[in-house]
Amino acid sequence: MEELREKACRLRLQVLDMVCSKKGGHIGGDFSEMEILLQLYCREMNIDAARPDAPERDRFILSKGHSVEALYAVLADRGFFPAEELSCYLSFGGRLVGHPNNQVPGIEMNTGSLGHGLSLGVGMALAARLRGLGSRTYVLMGDGELAEGSVWEAAMAASHYGLDSLCATVDRNGLQISGSTEDVMRLEPLAERFRSFGWNAIEVPDGNDFAQLGAAYALARSTKGRPSVVIAHTVKGRGVSFMEGRAKWHHGVPAEAERLAAAGELEAAMRDGR
Amino acid sequence: MNKLRDANRAYGEKLAELGAELPELVVLDADLAACSKTAPFIGRFPGRHYNVGIQECNMVGVAAGMAACGKIPFVNSFGMFTAGRAYDQIRNAVVYPGLNVKIVGFYSGLSNGEDGPTHQCVEDLALMRAVPGMTVMCPCDANEAALMTEAAAKRQGPCFIRMGRGPVEAVTKFDGYSFEIGKGVVMRPGKDAAVIATGNMVATALKAAALLEAEGLDVRVIDMHTVKPIDRELVIAAARETGAIVTSEEHNILGGLGGAVAEVVGEEFPVPVLRHGMRDCFGKSGKHDDVLELFGLTESVLAGVVKKAVALKK
Repeated sequence: MEELREKACRLRLQVLDMVCSKKGGHIGGDFSEMEILLQLYCREMNIDAARPDAPERDRFILSKGHSVEALYAVLADRGFFPAEELSCYLSFGGRLVGHPNNQVPGIEMNTGSLGHGLSLGVGMALAARLRGLGSRTYVLMGDGELAEGSVWEAAMAASHYGLDSLCATVDRNGLQISGSTEDVMRLEPLAERFRSFGWNAIEVPDGNDFAQLGAAYALARSTKGRPSVVIAHTVKGRGVSFMEGRAKWHHGVPAEAERLAAAGELEAAMRDGR
Repeated sequence: MNKLRDANRAYGEKLAELGAELPELVVLDADLAACSKTAPFIGRFPGRHYNVGIQECNMVGVAAGMAACGKIPFVNSFGMFTAGRAYDQIRNAVVYPGLNVKIVGFYSGLSNGEDGPTHQCVEDLALMRAVPGMTVMCPCDANEAALMTEAAAKRQGPCFIRMGRGPVEAVTKFDGYSFEIGKGVVMRPGKDAAVIATGNMVATALKAAALLEAEGLDVRVIDMHTVKPIDRELVIAAARETGAIVTSEEHNILGGLGGAVAEVVGEEFPVPVLRHGMRDCFGKSGKHDDVLELFGLTESVLAGVVKKAVALKK
Protein backbone atom coordinates (compact mmCIF):
# COMPACT_ATOMS: atom_id res chain seq x y z
CA MET A 1 0.00 0.00 0.00
CA GLU A 2 2.83 2.38 0.84
CA GLU A 3 4.24 1.83 -2.58
CA LEU A 4 1.00 2.87 -4.29
CA ARG A 5 0.79 6.05 -2.22
CA GLU A 6 4.29 6.98 -3.30
CA LYS A 7 3.45 6.16 -6.89
CA ALA A 8 0.38 8.39 -6.72
CA CYS A 9 2.59 11.31 -5.70
CA ARG A 10 5.17 10.56 -8.38
CA LEU A 11 2.52 10.32 -11.09
CA ARG A 12 0.86 13.53 -9.89
CA LEU A 13 4.24 15.20 -10.35
CA GLN A 14 4.39 13.84 -13.89
CA VAL A 15 0.91 15.17 -14.59
CA LEU A 16 1.90 18.56 -13.16
CA ASP A 17 4.87 18.63 -15.55
CA MET A 18 2.71 17.64 -18.52
CA VAL A 19 0.06 20.25 -17.83
CA CYS A 20 2.53 23.05 -17.03
CA SER A 21 4.90 22.38 -19.92
CA LYS A 22 2.09 22.30 -22.50
CA LYS A 23 -0.18 24.75 -20.70
CA GLY A 24 -3.21 22.55 -21.13
CA GLY A 25 -5.12 19.72 -19.52
CA HIS A 26 -7.53 19.01 -16.70
CA ILE A 27 -5.38 18.77 -13.62
CA GLY A 28 -8.18 18.91 -11.04
CA GLY A 29 -9.85 15.75 -12.33
CA ASP A 30 -6.49 14.10 -12.95
CA PHE A 31 -5.66 14.49 -9.29
CA SER A 32 -9.07 13.42 -8.00
CA GLU A 33 -9.04 10.18 -10.03
CA MET A 34 -5.39 9.18 -9.51
CA GLU A 35 -5.97 6.62 -6.73
CA ILE A 36 -8.93 5.11 -8.61
CA LEU A 37 -6.79 4.58 -11.70
CA LEU A 38 -3.90 3.14 -9.74
CA GLN A 39 -6.12 0.82 -7.72
CA LEU A 40 -7.68 -0.51 -10.93
CA TYR A 41 -4.48 -0.77 -12.96
CA CYS A 42 -2.22 -2.09 -10.19
CA ARG A 43 -4.58 -4.14 -8.03
CA GLU A 44 -7.82 -5.00 -9.76
CA MET A 45 -7.57 -5.45 -13.50
CA ASN A 46 -6.27 -8.41 -15.45
CA ILE A 47 -4.15 -6.54 -17.96
CA ASP A 48 -0.68 -7.11 -19.32
CA ALA A 49 1.17 -4.50 -21.36
CA ALA A 50 3.04 -7.33 -23.09
CA ARG A 51 -0.28 -8.69 -24.39
CA PRO A 52 -2.43 -5.59 -24.87
CA ASP A 53 -4.80 -7.41 -27.27
CA ALA A 54 -5.37 -10.54 -25.15
CA PRO A 55 -9.08 -11.35 -25.66
CA GLU A 56 -9.59 -12.30 -22.02
CA ARG A 57 -8.17 -9.03 -20.65
CA ASP A 58 -10.27 -6.74 -18.50
CA ARG A 59 -11.40 -3.53 -20.17
CA PHE A 60 -11.15 0.03 -18.90
CA ILE A 61 -12.96 3.04 -20.33
CA LEU A 62 -12.22 6.58 -19.20
CA SER A 63 -15.63 8.10 -19.83
CA LYS A 64 -14.44 11.39 -18.30
CA GLY A 65 -12.00 11.57 -21.18
CA HIS A 66 -10.77 15.08 -20.41
CA SER A 67 -8.84 13.75 -17.41
CA VAL A 68 -6.55 11.83 -19.72
CA GLU A 69 -3.21 13.07 -18.39
CA ALA A 70 -3.46 10.88 -15.30
CA LEU A 71 -4.34 7.89 -17.50
CA TYR A 72 -1.30 8.52 -19.69
CA ALA A 73 0.91 8.61 -16.61
CA VAL A 74 -0.60 5.35 -15.31
CA LEU A 75 -0.33 3.58 -18.68
CA ALA A 76 3.33 4.59 -18.98
CA ASP A 77 3.93 3.36 -15.43
CA ARG A 78 2.32 0.02 -16.34
CA GLY A 79 4.61 -0.33 -19.35
CA PHE A 80 2.21 0.33 -22.23
CA PHE A 81 4.62 2.94 -23.59
CA PRO A 82 7.86 4.52 -22.36
CA ALA A 83 7.55 7.18 -19.65
CA GLU A 84 9.71 9.44 -21.83
CA GLU A 85 6.78 9.74 -24.21
CA LEU A 86 4.88 11.69 -21.53
CA SER A 87 7.01 14.68 -22.54
CA CYS A 88 5.31 14.45 -25.95
CA TYR A 89 1.89 15.03 -24.36
CA LEU A 90 0.03 17.55 -26.57
CA SER A 91 3.00 17.77 -28.93
CA PHE A 92 1.66 18.53 -32.37
CA GLY A 93 1.68 15.29 -34.35
CA GLY A 94 2.19 13.14 -31.25
CA ARG A 95 -0.27 10.48 -30.13
CA LEU A 96 -0.85 11.67 -26.56
CA VAL A 97 -3.61 14.10 -27.46
CA GLY A 98 -6.13 15.94 -25.28
CA HIS A 99 -8.62 13.05 -25.04
CA PRO A 100 -8.19 9.26 -25.09
CA ASN A 101 -8.00 7.49 -28.43
CA ASN A 102 -7.39 3.89 -29.39
CA GLN A 103 -4.15 4.62 -31.22
CA VAL A 104 -2.43 4.83 -27.83
CA PRO A 105 -1.35 1.44 -26.48
CA GLY A 106 -3.57 0.43 -23.59
CA ILE A 107 -6.47 2.71 -24.50
CA GLU A 108 -9.53 0.75 -25.53
CA MET A 109 -11.87 3.47 -26.72
CA ASN A 110 -12.03 7.04 -27.95
CA THR A 111 -13.84 9.08 -25.36
CA GLY A 112 -14.34 12.70 -24.48
CA SER A 113 -17.88 13.30 -25.63
CA LEU A 114 -19.38 12.91 -22.16
CA GLY A 115 -22.05 10.36 -21.39
CA HIS A 116 -20.78 7.71 -23.83
CA GLY A 117 -18.60 5.53 -21.64
CA LEU A 118 -21.20 3.49 -19.78
CA SER A 119 -22.88 2.43 -23.05
CA LEU A 120 -19.50 1.34 -24.39
CA GLY A 121 -18.96 -0.64 -21.21
CA VAL A 122 -22.35 -2.36 -21.56
CA GLY A 123 -21.37 -3.39 -25.09
CA MET A 124 -18.01 -4.75 -23.94
CA ALA A 125 -19.58 -6.67 -21.08
CA LEU A 126 -22.18 -8.18 -23.43
CA ALA A 127 -19.46 -9.14 -25.92
CA ALA A 128 -17.48 -10.87 -23.15
CA ARG A 129 -20.60 -12.78 -22.12
CA LEU A 130 -21.24 -13.88 -25.73
CA ARG A 131 -17.67 -15.15 -25.91
CA GLY A 132 -17.92 -16.92 -22.58
CA LEU A 133 -14.99 -14.91 -21.23
CA GLY A 134 -14.57 -13.88 -17.62
CA SER A 135 -13.37 -10.38 -18.53
CA ARG A 136 -14.51 -7.55 -16.32
CA THR A 137 -15.30 -4.10 -17.69
CA TYR A 138 -14.49 -0.97 -15.68
CA VAL A 139 -15.88 2.45 -16.60
CA LEU A 140 -14.74 5.61 -14.84
CA MET A 141 -17.21 8.47 -15.08
CA GLY A 142 -17.06 12.02 -13.86
CA ASP A 143 -19.90 13.17 -11.64
CA GLY A 144 -20.73 16.15 -13.86
CA GLU A 145 -21.33 13.89 -16.86
CA LEU A 146 -24.06 12.03 -14.99
CA ALA A 147 -26.40 14.81 -16.14
CA GLU A 148 -26.23 13.26 -19.62
CA GLY A 149 -29.34 11.21 -20.35
CA SER A 150 -27.42 8.51 -22.18
CA VAL A 151 -25.73 7.54 -18.88
CA TRP A 152 -29.12 6.53 -17.51
CA GLU A 153 -30.08 4.72 -20.69
CA ALA A 154 -26.93 2.65 -20.21
CA ALA A 155 -27.59 2.25 -16.48
CA MET A 156 -31.01 0.82 -17.31
CA ALA A 157 -29.55 -1.54 -19.91
CA ALA A 158 -26.71 -2.79 -17.66
CA SER A 159 -29.18 -3.76 -14.98
CA HIS A 160 -31.67 -5.21 -17.50
CA TYR A 161 -28.98 -7.55 -18.81
CA GLY A 162 -27.72 -8.34 -15.29
CA LEU A 163 -24.16 -7.37 -16.15
CA ASP A 164 -22.29 -8.25 -12.97
CA SER A 165 -18.99 -8.12 -14.86
CA LEU A 166 -19.53 -4.39 -15.33
CA CYS A 167 -18.23 -2.08 -12.62
CA ALA A 168 -18.67 1.66 -12.95
CA THR A 169 -16.86 4.17 -10.79
CA VAL A 170 -18.01 7.73 -10.25
CA ASP A 171 -15.21 10.17 -9.48
CA ARG A 172 -17.46 12.06 -7.07
CA ASN A 173 -15.38 15.18 -6.58
CA GLY A 174 -18.49 17.36 -6.52
CA LEU A 175 -17.26 19.94 -9.02
CA GLN A 176 -17.70 20.49 -12.72
CA ILE A 177 -16.42 23.27 -14.94
CA SER A 178 -19.08 25.79 -13.98
CA GLY A 179 -19.29 25.00 -10.28
CA SER A 180 -20.68 22.53 -7.77
CA THR A 181 -22.58 19.61 -9.27
CA GLU A 182 -25.36 20.16 -6.74
CA ASP A 183 -25.77 23.80 -7.78
CA VAL A 184 -25.47 23.16 -11.51
CA MET A 185 -27.67 20.06 -11.83
CA ARG A 186 -28.35 18.16 -8.63
CA LEU A 187 -27.19 14.52 -8.57
CA GLU A 188 -28.15 13.51 -5.05
CA PRO A 189 -29.35 11.13 -3.84
CA LEU A 190 -26.91 9.53 -6.27
CA ALA A 191 -26.52 6.10 -4.70
CA GLU A 192 -30.30 5.83 -4.35
CA ARG A 193 -30.70 6.75 -7.97
CA PHE A 194 -28.36 3.98 -9.08
CA ARG A 195 -30.07 1.53 -6.71
CA SER A 196 -33.45 2.43 -8.15
CA PHE A 197 -32.00 1.48 -11.56
CA GLY A 198 -31.13 -1.96 -10.18
CA TRP A 199 -27.46 -1.38 -9.40
CA ASN A 200 -25.36 -2.37 -6.44
CA ALA A 201 -24.17 1.07 -5.33
CA ILE A 202 -21.13 1.19 -3.06
CA GLU A 203 -20.22 4.46 -1.39
CA VAL A 204 -16.55 5.10 -0.69
CA PRO A 205 -16.21 7.92 1.87
CA ASP A 206 -12.60 8.65 0.89
CA GLY A 207 -12.16 7.88 -2.79
CA ASN A 208 -8.50 8.82 -2.61
CA ASP A 209 -7.81 6.03 -0.12
CA PHE A 210 -6.51 2.77 -1.58
CA ALA A 211 -7.78 0.53 1.22
CA GLN A 212 -11.32 1.87 0.92
CA LEU A 213 -11.26 1.56 -2.87
CA GLY A 214 -9.92 -1.97 -2.65
CA ALA A 215 -12.72 -3.01 -0.31
CA ALA A 216 -15.31 -1.49 -2.65
CA TYR A 217 -13.96 -3.27 -5.72
CA ALA A 218 -13.85 -6.55 -3.83
CA LEU A 219 -17.50 -6.11 -2.92
CA ALA A 220 -18.32 -5.28 -6.55
CA ARG A 221 -16.52 -8.38 -7.73
CA SER A 222 -18.47 -10.62 -5.39
CA THR A 223 -21.85 -9.12 -6.31
CA LYS A 224 -23.68 -11.35 -8.77
CA GLY A 225 -26.60 -10.74 -11.06
CA ARG A 226 -26.38 -6.95 -11.24
CA PRO A 227 -23.83 -4.29 -12.10
CA SER A 228 -21.98 -2.36 -9.42
CA VAL A 229 -21.10 1.29 -9.14
CA VAL A 230 -18.42 2.59 -6.82
CA ILE A 231 -19.25 6.15 -5.83
CA ALA A 232 -15.84 7.39 -4.81
CA HIS A 233 -15.96 10.63 -2.85
CA THR A 234 -12.75 12.25 -3.99
CA VAL A 235 -11.27 15.72 -3.80
CA LYS A 236 -10.77 17.69 -6.96
CA GLY A 237 -7.14 18.78 -7.17
CA ARG A 238 -6.26 16.28 -4.41
CA GLY A 239 -2.67 16.53 -3.18
CA VAL A 240 -2.12 20.24 -3.72
CA SER A 241 -3.61 22.40 -0.97
CA PHE A 242 -4.51 25.41 -3.08
CA MET A 243 -6.16 23.29 -5.79
CA GLU A 244 -8.26 21.10 -3.55
CA GLY A 245 -12.01 21.61 -3.87
CA ARG A 246 -11.80 24.51 -6.30
CA ALA A 247 -13.65 24.41 -9.64
CA LYS A 248 -11.13 26.75 -11.24
CA TRP A 249 -8.67 23.84 -11.28
CA HIS A 250 -10.98 21.84 -13.54
CA HIS A 251 -8.75 22.95 -16.36
CA GLY A 252 -6.62 25.66 -14.80
CA VAL A 253 -2.91 25.74 -15.62
CA PRO A 254 -0.58 26.60 -12.71
CA ALA A 255 1.60 29.65 -13.12
CA GLU A 256 5.31 29.10 -12.45
CA ALA A 257 5.09 30.04 -8.76
CA GLU A 258 2.08 27.76 -8.39
CA ARG A 259 3.88 24.95 -10.17
CA LEU A 260 6.80 25.24 -7.75
CA ALA A 261 4.50 25.30 -4.75
CA ALA A 262 2.51 22.31 -6.03
CA ALA A 263 5.66 20.33 -6.79
CA GLY A 264 7.00 21.13 -3.32
CA GLU A 265 3.85 19.81 -1.66
CA LEU A 266 3.79 16.64 -3.74
CA GLU A 267 7.50 15.96 -3.16
CA ALA A 268 7.09 16.48 0.57
CA ALA A 269 4.12 14.11 0.62
CA MET A 270 6.13 11.52 -1.27
CA ARG A 271 9.01 11.85 1.21
CA ASP A 272 6.75 11.66 4.21
CA GLY A 273 4.79 8.72 2.81
CA ARG A 274 1.52 10.65 3.03
CA MET B 1 -44.85 -1.48 -63.60
CA ASN B 2 -42.02 -3.60 -62.24
CA LYS B 3 -42.66 -6.22 -59.60
CA LEU B 4 -42.86 -4.87 -56.04
CA ARG B 5 -40.70 -6.24 -53.21
CA ASP B 6 -40.08 -5.08 -49.68
CA ALA B 7 -36.41 -4.06 -49.38
CA ASN B 8 -36.53 -4.10 -45.58
CA ARG B 9 -37.73 -7.70 -45.66
CA ALA B 10 -34.88 -8.57 -48.03
CA TYR B 11 -32.48 -6.93 -45.57
CA GLY B 12 -33.85 -8.99 -42.66
CA GLU B 13 -33.69 -12.24 -44.60
CA LYS B 14 -30.12 -11.54 -45.64
CA LEU B 15 -29.14 -10.81 -42.02
CA ALA B 16 -30.44 -14.24 -40.99
CA GLU B 17 -28.46 -15.86 -43.80
CA LEU B 18 -25.31 -13.95 -42.84
CA GLY B 19 -25.81 -14.85 -39.20
CA ALA B 20 -25.01 -18.47 -40.03
CA GLU B 21 -21.93 -17.51 -42.01
CA LEU B 22 -20.58 -14.82 -39.67
CA PRO B 23 -20.67 -15.97 -36.04
CA GLU B 24 -19.64 -12.51 -34.82
CA LEU B 25 -22.65 -10.79 -36.38
CA VAL B 26 -25.08 -9.39 -33.81
CA VAL B 27 -28.23 -7.32 -34.31
CA LEU B 28 -29.58 -4.51 -32.15
CA ASP B 29 -33.04 -2.97 -32.33
CA ALA B 30 -34.61 -0.12 -30.42
CA ASP B 31 -38.18 -1.38 -30.08
CA LEU B 32 -38.77 -1.24 -33.85
CA ALA B 33 -37.84 -4.72 -35.02
CA ALA B 34 -41.25 -4.94 -36.67
CA CYS B 35 -40.12 -2.13 -38.99
CA SER B 36 -36.51 -3.18 -39.48
CA LYS B 37 -37.79 -6.67 -40.35
CA THR B 38 -35.09 -8.43 -38.35
CA ALA B 39 -37.49 -11.23 -37.34
CA PRO B 40 -35.77 -13.92 -39.46
CA PHE B 41 -32.48 -13.22 -37.64
CA ILE B 42 -34.19 -13.12 -34.24
CA GLY B 43 -35.85 -16.45 -35.02
CA ARG B 44 -32.59 -18.18 -35.84
CA PHE B 45 -30.22 -16.40 -33.45
CA PRO B 46 -32.20 -15.14 -30.47
CA GLY B 47 -29.06 -15.02 -28.31
CA ARG B 48 -27.41 -12.59 -30.71
CA HIS B 49 -30.25 -10.12 -30.90
CA TYR B 50 -30.75 -7.25 -28.44
CA ASN B 51 -33.89 -5.18 -28.26
CA VAL B 52 -32.63 -2.33 -26.08
CA GLY B 53 -35.93 -0.51 -26.02
CA ILE B 54 -36.37 3.11 -26.96
CA GLN B 55 -32.81 4.30 -26.38
CA GLU B 56 -31.01 4.81 -29.66
CA CYS B 57 -27.99 6.67 -28.24
CA ASN B 58 -27.24 3.84 -25.84
CA MET B 59 -27.83 1.29 -28.61
CA VAL B 60 -25.11 2.83 -30.76
CA GLY B 61 -22.74 3.07 -27.80
CA VAL B 62 -23.37 -0.57 -26.88
CA ALA B 63 -22.71 -1.56 -30.49
CA ALA B 64 -19.44 0.38 -30.42
CA GLY B 65 -18.36 -1.48 -27.28
CA MET B 66 -19.25 -4.81 -28.87
CA ALA B 67 -17.38 -3.94 -32.07
CA ALA B 68 -14.33 -3.01 -29.99
CA CYS B 69 -14.42 -6.65 -28.80
CA GLY B 70 -14.64 -8.08 -32.32
CA LYS B 71 -18.39 -8.29 -32.88
CA ILE B 72 -20.09 -7.09 -36.09
CA PRO B 73 -23.15 -5.20 -34.87
CA PHE B 74 -26.00 -4.06 -37.11
CA VAL B 75 -27.99 -1.34 -35.33
CA ASN B 76 -31.50 -0.57 -36.46
CA SER B 77 -34.03 2.19 -36.03
CA PHE B 78 -35.71 4.87 -38.07
CA GLY B 79 -33.18 7.04 -39.93
CA MET B 80 -34.37 9.94 -37.83
CA PHE B 81 -33.25 8.19 -34.65
CA THR B 82 -30.02 6.53 -35.76
CA ALA B 83 -28.47 9.22 -37.96
CA GLY B 84 -30.34 11.99 -36.16
CA ARG B 85 -30.65 11.28 -32.47
CA ALA B 86 -27.50 9.17 -32.10
CA TYR B 87 -25.31 11.36 -34.31
CA ASP B 88 -22.81 12.09 -31.54
CA GLN B 89 -22.36 8.40 -30.66
CA ILE B 90 -22.02 7.51 -34.34
CA ARG B 91 -19.41 10.19 -34.92
CA ASN B 92 -17.35 9.91 -31.76
CA ALA B 93 -17.83 6.33 -30.55
CA VAL B 94 -18.08 4.51 -33.90
CA VAL B 95 -16.53 6.33 -36.85
CA TYR B 96 -13.69 8.23 -35.17
CA PRO B 97 -12.28 5.04 -33.58
CA GLY B 98 -12.97 3.20 -36.86
CA LEU B 99 -15.20 0.53 -35.34
CA ASN B 100 -16.99 -2.11 -37.37
CA VAL B 101 -20.58 -1.02 -36.69
CA LYS B 102 -23.27 -0.98 -39.38
CA ILE B 103 -25.83 1.76 -38.76
CA VAL B 104 -29.16 1.26 -40.52
CA GLY B 105 -31.83 3.95 -40.84
CA PHE B 106 -35.31 2.82 -41.83
CA TYR B 107 -38.40 4.73 -42.98
CA SER B 108 -36.16 7.46 -44.31
CA GLY B 109 -37.06 10.31 -46.64
CA LEU B 110 -40.82 10.81 -46.79
CA SER B 111 -41.63 7.13 -46.51
CA ASN B 112 -42.93 7.38 -42.95
CA GLY B 113 -45.87 9.10 -44.61
CA GLU B 114 -48.62 9.93 -42.18
CA ASP B 115 -46.28 10.09 -39.16
CA GLY B 116 -45.25 13.44 -40.62
CA PRO B 117 -42.11 15.58 -40.44
CA THR B 118 -40.92 14.38 -37.00
CA HIS B 119 -40.35 10.97 -38.58
CA GLN B 120 -39.58 11.94 -42.17
CA CYS B 121 -35.79 12.25 -42.14
CA VAL B 122 -34.79 14.28 -45.18
CA GLU B 123 -31.26 14.98 -43.93
CA ASP B 124 -29.79 11.61 -42.88
CA LEU B 125 -27.58 11.30 -45.96
CA ALA B 126 -26.20 14.79 -45.33
CA LEU B 127 -25.56 14.08 -41.66
CA MET B 128 -23.80 10.79 -42.29
CA ARG B 129 -21.92 12.06 -45.34
CA ALA B 130 -20.45 14.88 -43.27
CA VAL B 131 -18.83 12.46 -40.81
CA PRO B 132 -15.18 12.08 -41.87
CA GLY B 133 -14.51 8.73 -43.51
CA MET B 134 -18.06 7.38 -43.19
CA THR B 135 -19.46 5.13 -45.93
CA VAL B 136 -23.04 6.04 -46.86
CA MET B 137 -25.34 3.85 -48.94
CA CYS B 138 -28.95 3.68 -50.04
CA PRO B 139 -30.36 0.73 -52.01
CA CYS B 140 -32.84 1.21 -54.85
CA ASP B 141 -34.66 -2.10 -54.48
CA ALA B 142 -34.87 -5.33 -52.51
CA ASN B 143 -32.21 -7.15 -54.51
CA GLU B 144 -29.74 -4.30 -54.06
CA ALA B 145 -30.61 -4.06 -50.36
CA ALA B 146 -29.67 -7.70 -49.85
CA LEU B 147 -26.41 -7.38 -51.77
CA MET B 148 -25.57 -4.17 -49.92
CA THR B 149 -26.21 -5.83 -46.55
CA GLU B 150 -23.86 -8.68 -47.39
CA ALA B 151 -21.16 -6.34 -48.70
CA ALA B 152 -21.42 -4.17 -45.60
CA ALA B 153 -21.22 -7.16 -43.26
CA LYS B 154 -18.13 -8.53 -44.95
CA ARG B 155 -16.27 -5.27 -45.20
CA GLN B 156 -14.34 -4.00 -42.17
CA GLY B 157 -15.38 -0.54 -40.98
CA PRO B 158 -18.40 1.59 -40.19
CA CYS B 159 -21.18 2.42 -42.64
CA PHE B 160 -24.66 3.87 -42.81
CA ILE B 161 -27.39 2.19 -44.83
CA ARG B 162 -30.47 4.23 -45.62
CA MET B 163 -33.66 2.22 -46.04
CA GLY B 164 -37.20 3.26 -46.90
CA ARG B 165 -40.46 1.58 -46.08
CA GLY B 166 -42.75 -0.89 -47.77
CA PRO B 167 -42.58 -2.55 -51.16
CA VAL B 168 -40.49 -0.92 -53.88
CA GLU B 169 -40.16 -1.68 -57.56
CA ALA B 170 -37.59 -4.29 -58.54
CA VAL B 171 -35.27 -2.59 -61.02
CA THR B 172 -31.90 -4.33 -60.68
CA LYS B 173 -32.81 -7.81 -61.93
CA PHE B 174 -31.10 -7.58 -65.28
CA ASP B 175 -28.09 -9.18 -66.94
CA GLY B 176 -24.91 -7.33 -66.24
CA TYR B 177 -26.05 -5.85 -62.93
CA SER B 178 -23.53 -6.28 -60.17
CA PHE B 179 -23.08 -4.64 -56.79
CA GLU B 180 -19.88 -3.22 -55.42
CA ILE B 181 -19.60 -0.60 -52.66
CA GLY B 182 -18.51 2.69 -54.24
CA LYS B 183 -19.39 1.71 -57.82
CA GLY B 184 -22.50 3.27 -59.33
CA VAL B 185 -24.56 1.29 -61.83
CA VAL B 186 -25.54 2.53 -65.30
CA MET B 187 -29.19 1.43 -65.42
CA ARG B 188 -29.70 2.65 -68.94
CA PRO B 189 -27.35 4.29 -71.43
CA GLY B 190 -27.95 7.75 -72.86
CA LYS B 191 -26.05 10.69 -74.33
CA ASP B 192 -28.27 13.80 -73.98
CA ALA B 193 -28.30 14.03 -70.19
CA ALA B 194 -27.70 11.86 -67.15
CA VAL B 195 -29.95 11.39 -64.14
CA ILE B 196 -27.98 10.26 -61.13
CA ALA B 197 -30.41 8.90 -58.56
CA THR B 198 -30.35 7.01 -55.29
CA GLY B 199 -32.87 4.85 -53.44
CA ASN B 200 -36.40 4.64 -54.75
CA MET B 201 -35.81 7.63 -57.05
CA VAL B 202 -33.89 5.26 -59.33
CA ALA B 203 -37.19 3.66 -60.41
CA THR B 204 -38.68 7.13 -60.86
CA ALA B 205 -35.68 8.18 -62.95
CA LEU B 206 -36.12 5.18 -65.22
CA LYS B 207 -39.74 6.16 -65.81
CA ALA B 208 -38.74 9.77 -66.47
CA ALA B 209 -36.17 8.56 -68.99
CA ALA B 210 -38.88 6.54 -70.75
CA LEU B 211 -41.11 9.63 -70.90
CA LEU B 212 -38.26 11.67 -72.36
CA GLU B 213 -37.39 8.98 -74.87
CA ALA B 214 -40.86 9.49 -76.36
CA GLU B 215 -39.90 13.14 -76.76
CA GLY B 216 -36.64 12.25 -78.48
CA LEU B 217 -34.24 12.70 -75.57
CA ASP B 218 -31.72 9.96 -74.85
CA VAL B 219 -31.23 10.01 -71.06
CA ARG B 220 -28.71 7.99 -69.08
CA VAL B 221 -29.81 6.75 -65.67
CA ILE B 222 -27.29 5.96 -62.95
CA ASP B 223 -28.08 4.18 -59.69
CA MET B 224 -25.72 5.82 -57.20
CA HIS B 225 -26.29 3.43 -54.32
CA THR B 226 -23.11 4.54 -52.60
CA VAL B 227 -23.44 8.23 -51.89
CA LYS B 228 -20.06 8.23 -50.15
CA PRO B 229 -17.43 7.53 -51.30
CA ILE B 230 -19.09 8.61 -54.50
CA ASP B 231 -18.08 7.00 -57.80
CA ARG B 232 -16.16 9.99 -59.15
CA GLU B 233 -15.20 8.32 -62.41
CA LEU B 234 -18.79 7.51 -63.26
CA VAL B 235 -19.93 11.06 -62.44
CA ILE B 236 -17.13 12.63 -64.50
CA ALA B 237 -17.87 10.33 -67.44
CA ALA B 238 -21.55 11.30 -67.27
CA ALA B 239 -20.62 15.00 -67.25
CA ARG B 240 -18.19 14.62 -70.12
CA GLU B 241 -20.36 12.39 -72.27
CA THR B 242 -23.80 13.95 -71.73
CA GLY B 243 -23.02 17.56 -70.72
CA ALA B 244 -26.03 17.83 -68.38
CA ILE B 245 -26.59 16.22 -65.00
CA VAL B 246 -29.68 15.92 -62.84
CA THR B 247 -29.55 14.38 -59.39
CA SER B 248 -32.65 12.84 -57.84
CA GLU B 249 -33.16 11.83 -54.21
CA GLU B 250 -35.90 11.60 -51.60
CA HIS B 251 -33.82 13.87 -49.40
CA ASN B 252 -32.92 17.50 -48.98
CA ILE B 253 -31.09 18.79 -52.08
CA LEU B 254 -28.50 20.16 -49.62
CA GLY B 255 -25.72 17.87 -48.51
CA GLY B 256 -26.91 14.55 -49.90
CA LEU B 257 -26.53 13.04 -53.34
CA GLY B 258 -27.09 16.38 -55.09
CA GLY B 259 -24.34 17.99 -53.08
CA ALA B 260 -21.98 15.08 -53.62
CA VAL B 261 -22.45 15.06 -57.39
CA ALA B 262 -22.26 18.85 -57.71
CA GLU B 263 -18.98 18.84 -55.79
CA VAL B 264 -17.40 16.34 -58.17
CA VAL B 265 -18.72 17.97 -61.34
CA GLY B 266 -17.72 21.45 -60.15
CA GLU B 267 -14.20 20.32 -59.39
CA GLU B 268 -13.59 18.00 -62.31
CA PHE B 269 -15.74 18.79 -65.34
CA PRO B 270 -18.17 21.68 -64.88
CA VAL B 271 -21.50 21.25 -66.67
CA PRO B 272 -25.02 22.15 -65.46
CA VAL B 273 -26.11 20.14 -62.38
CA LEU B 274 -29.75 20.44 -61.37
CA ARG B 275 -30.85 18.87 -58.11
CA HIS B 276 -34.22 17.18 -57.85
CA GLY B 277 -35.32 16.49 -54.28
CA MET B 278 -36.69 18.20 -51.20
CA ARG B 279 -35.96 21.89 -51.56
CA ASP B 280 -34.74 22.55 -48.03
CA CYS B 281 -38.09 22.02 -46.37
CA PHE B 282 -39.69 19.55 -43.96
CA GLY B 283 -42.07 16.92 -45.29
CA LYS B 284 -45.78 16.69 -44.65
CA SER B 285 -48.10 14.12 -43.17
CA GLY B 286 -49.88 12.06 -45.78
CA LYS B 287 -49.79 8.85 -47.79
CA HIS B 288 -46.26 8.37 -49.12
CA ASP B 289 -47.35 8.69 -52.74
CA ASP B 290 -49.37 11.83 -52.02
CA VAL B 291 -46.43 13.43 -50.24
CA LEU B 292 -44.06 12.52 -53.07
CA GLU B 293 -46.51 14.11 -55.50
CA LEU B 294 -46.82 17.24 -53.35
CA PHE B 295 -43.07 17.81 -53.36
CA GLY B 296 -42.66 16.99 -57.04
CA LEU B 297 -40.77 13.74 -56.52
CA THR B 298 -42.43 12.18 -59.56
CA GLU B 299 -41.29 11.09 -63.00
CA SER B 300 -43.10 13.95 -64.75
CA VAL B 301 -41.50 16.66 -62.58
CA LEU B 302 -38.13 14.94 -62.89
CA ALA B 303 -38.52 14.81 -66.68
CA GLY B 304 -39.15 18.56 -66.66
CA VAL B 305 -35.96 19.13 -64.63
CA VAL B 306 -33.99 17.07 -67.15
CA LYS B 307 -35.31 19.18 -70.02
CA LYS B 308 -34.26 22.31 -68.13
CA ALA B 309 -30.77 20.87 -67.67
CA VAL B 310 -30.53 20.02 -71.36
CA ALA B 311 -31.56 23.59 -72.22
CA LEU B 312 -28.72 24.89 -70.04
CA LYS B 313 -26.10 22.95 -72.01
CA LYS B 314 -23.64 25.12 -73.89
